Amino acid sequence: MSEFNPSKTEIHIENEAHAEELHLEHDEHDTGYGTYILVWLALVGLTAITVTLSGISLGSLTIITALLIATIKTVLVANYFMHVKFDTTIFKVFIFVCIIIFLTMIVLTFFDLTFRNPLI
Amino acid sequence: MKKDSDAHIANATHGHTEDHSGGHVHRDDIGSKMGIWLFLFTELLLFGGMFILYASYRYIYPEDFKAAALQLDPVLGAVNTIVLLTSSLTVVLAIVALQKKNIKLCMTNLWITQFCGVIFLINKYFEWSHKIHLGVYPKGPALEELSQGQNVFFGLYYVMTGLHGLHVIVGMAFIGFIMYFIKKNYITYNNYQKLENSGLYWHLVDVIWIFLFPLFYLIH
Repeated sequence: MSEFNPSKTEIHIENEAHAEELHLEHDEHDTGYGTYILVWLALVGLTAITVTLSGISLGSLTIITALLIATIKTVLVANYFMHVKFDTTIFKVFIFVCIIIFLTMIVLTFFDLTFRNPLI
Repeated sequence: MKKDSDAHIANATHGHTEDHSGGHVHRDDIGSKMGIWLFLFTELLLFGGMFILYASYRYIYPEDFKAAALQLDPVLGAVNTIVLLTSSLTVVLAIVALQKKNIKLCMTNLWITQFCGVIFLINKYFEWSHKIHLGVYPKGPALEELSQGQNVFFGLYYVMTGLHGLHVIVGMAFIGFIMYFIKKNYITYNNYQKLENSGLYWHLVDVIWIFLFPLFYLIH
């Protein structure tokens, strides 16, 4: 994990040659077309699975599996398509905090729904 | 991992680049990216509120939600899911193409994204107009006959997919501007943060659909 370090990020591109060098260095680490196509295939596959599973009656597990697959798809999209995997720690912290706030809202709402009597 | 992140920062980002007129242009790509992420969080809370509303009503009317969902066509929903996933792939391929200085491939990918956006909206148009034709719309003749829970389901369906469709239109406009900037050479292989920001927005719209699809079309 790398910390955000301003001294390293401050790049002075003095001339084209230097820019060229940076670009080449970047290419070595960057994800190519292939990885993204594989991720897309996985996403299409997961869509096929979720559609197939919806045809089978799993009782109360239906909604859980559907949401689980949707979450896996989201993790793939965020990490690869949105490059979160390659981002600095601060972005991961932001996203984590935002998701925790959202989950807290859901849990508190359901406390209300579960213990409210009568419901409507 | 460390090297990865550093290289990513090193290229994308932060820095003073000299422009051709000899002036000094300041650029803060990390800040730019952080700005778009903060905006995405507000979007998450906007849609999140509606997802909570959906969850609460589904908890109250489980049977009505099942009955109402059966009236939606899962095939149309699945096709739209694939279309949006494909458009997300082409956005990210456009970024790689631009990094490799292949402007033509970059533009082709962005055109495919726009095309997928149009296909998605056309599908949505047919779906909605079919439902409206059947009288299933708020205060519509068919919907008034149905139970309270089914009315709530279709109310949420129109609001959530409608707001999502609006986001698809905004995303297409956003990418449209980016395509103009690429054509004008304002966005280049070493200055592509704006393209990436439009991509981040587009992927968020995709993620929202990833959740809308099973929740509205696949309850059985």
